[in-house]
Amino acid sequence: MTVTAYLALASALFVIGAVTVLVRRNSIIVFMGIELMLNAANLAFLAFSRMWGELDGQLAALFVMVVAAAEVVVGLAIIVSLFRTRRTVSVDDENLMRH
Amino acid sequence: MSAGTVLAATPVIQIEWGSLLPVAVVLGGAVISVLVEAFTPPRARRAVQVPLAFAAVAVAGLAALDMAMAPVESSDGAAGGAVTVDPMTMYLQLAIAVSALLGLLVIADRTVQGEDAFAPQASAAPGSEYEEQTRKAGLTQTDVFPLVLFATGGMMLLIAAGDLITLFVALEVLSLPLYLLAGMARHRRLLSQEASLKYFLLGALASAFFLFGAAWVYGATGALKLVEIGAAIADGAGLDPVLLVGVVLILVGLLFKVGAAPFHSWTPDVYQGAPTPITGFMAACTKIAAFGALLRLLYTLAPSLNWDLTPVLWTVSILTMLVGTVIGLVQRDVKRLMAYSAIAHTGFILTGVASFTQDGLSGALFYLFTYGIATVGAFGVIALVREVDPEGHMRGEATGLDQWRGLGRRSPLAAGAFTVFLLSFAGIPLTAGFVAKFAVFGAAFGAGGVALGVVGLACSAAAAFFYARVIVAMFFEDASFGLGALLEGGAAVPKGGLGIAVRTLGLTQIAVAVALVFTLMFGVLPGWFLGFTDELSFLLLS
Repeated sequence: MTVTAYLALASALFVIGAVTVLVRRNSIIVFMGIELMLNAANLAFLAFSRMWGELDGQLAALFVMVVAAAEVVVGLAIIVSLFRTRRTVSVDDENLMRH
Repeated sequence: MSAGTVLAATPVIQIEWGSLLPVAVVLGGAVISVLVEAFTPPRARRAVQVPLAFAAVAVAGLAALDMAMAPVESSDGAAGGAVTVDPMTMYLQLAIAVSALLGLLVIADRTVQGEDAFAPQASAAPGSEYEEQTRKAGLTQTDVFPLVLFATGGMMLLIAAGDLITLFVALEVLSLPLYLLAGMARHRRLLSQEASLKYFLLGALASAFFLFGAAWVYGATGALKLVEIGAAIADGAGLDPVLLVGVVLILVGLLFKVGAAPFHSWTPDVYQGAPTPITGFMAACTKIAAFGALLRLLYTLAPSLNWDLTPVLWTVSILTMLVGTVIGLVQRDVKRLMAYSAIAHTGFILTGVASFTQDGLSGALFYLFTYGIATVGAFGVIALVREVDPEGHMRGEATGLDQWRGLGRRSPLAAGAFTVFLLSFAGIPLTAGFVAKFAVFGAAFGAGGVALGVVGLACSAAAAFFYARVIVAMFFEDASFGLGALLEGGAAVPKGGLGIAVRTLGLTQIAVAVALVFTLMFGVLPGWFLGFTDELSFLLLS
């Protein structure tokens, strides 16, 4: 397969992730959308790394995985503490502040 | 190729610890702080954490000052180019250290009753019996200090980042602690948790955009280091659509962090919901750090880009100024008002950035420092002004504009200090804000951005109106709102009771006083400092 195929897949994953974030209401699903976007970026890094024939892109992907793991820890902590308060994880219910 | 030859071919990477000192000290302090959290008894923690946090940031600031005063010759940077070491890095690290120190003063402060701004136990559900127990037991959440140190370390690394991976990691190191800190308020915990979730989801989204952009820039140029990317673009990757997509996505990520329209929507909610000392720290330091990264990126890449980023930045800048001032005009909550004011100021700083001249850069650097310090001071005052009910019990912060009526009578010092900060934000002469605005708008006009400068001037005039409204409310409205009338319950008391400055350990007052001195000093005698930022911008552009 050519690099283009991988990039098309990465872009598709990124768009699916972005649409998930914008459309879905459940904050855990929204969060999954964000993780999908990060993984799309990883796939693009790997494909480009292969294309240029060097390791920088793979290194980047490793860093991203670590950071994404840290983000999961923080994100789930926030979502769980909110759930214990409100018994819901819907982002639409979070609207106490005046707009 | 066998593993042996790969190893042999890999150059040994020099880590110049000396140049990394500011970042290393703060992050090292953060790690020690986590250990303190784990191994000292709860009662002793605060006594250890507070001095440790101050020491770490102060040493980092002194190291940055030392290096800024004796600038290193332009080097390849530290850690194999992953970290840029130049005068601008040191200057911005110093600015962050000063703002963070003032922010820490406000964060570490507690009222004479021993209450700080943070929930006794952030994990306890609001309104639960467990929360009530933690409150009665007088627990304090000292995890705040390691989190603040990690965030400060991330900010200092962000402005020094020399490649896209360091930039991404630093961005996350600064953001993740802030997401948590935003949710830790002692009072109005639901708002605080809501702020935390919104900040987290939108921040993570912006990070994802940034990262995807970084991948495409890497694809277009084959390089991750900013300098090499610039060189690759100059060699002809010019109008590559892959590169265009990448740069635009990276800009989206950074513009989100500085709170520029149309990526500003998190700002009001997070500023309002987060504990006030954290809002001040975050508003000042994050803005300096994110603008630092934006400046470095733009000024490293833009000269070699064939297509012009200027129209994009002009549009964002004008939009940001308009959104900040127009929506700011109708706000009835002081913290929310300050959030829209922050958005407007982002727009003002962007006018300097978008001019792509030495004057603009110098103005933006000056603006960042002075705005950061005044912001910490202003939020310090907001943290002091609390609700007092007719029985005289002190409650959460009084943020409603109604509750600030007559504050000048009840707490003249707090109201006076806040007035000076507001005048500086409005850009009234003899305050630092005037000099800063003069510098960035002058640069915008100088670079041919007449539209930019005119919108900027119009917006600062409109913004002056909503600052003036707060001043009028504090000093000239409702004489009957003195404390005596309040305690007798005579006057029409706004919901939640009136605000009055509470007595604390005095740390916040020190922070406010220092911020006040800086704001007036840079307003009256800006010369030497502007000369300093001029020199810096000259060094960066040469």
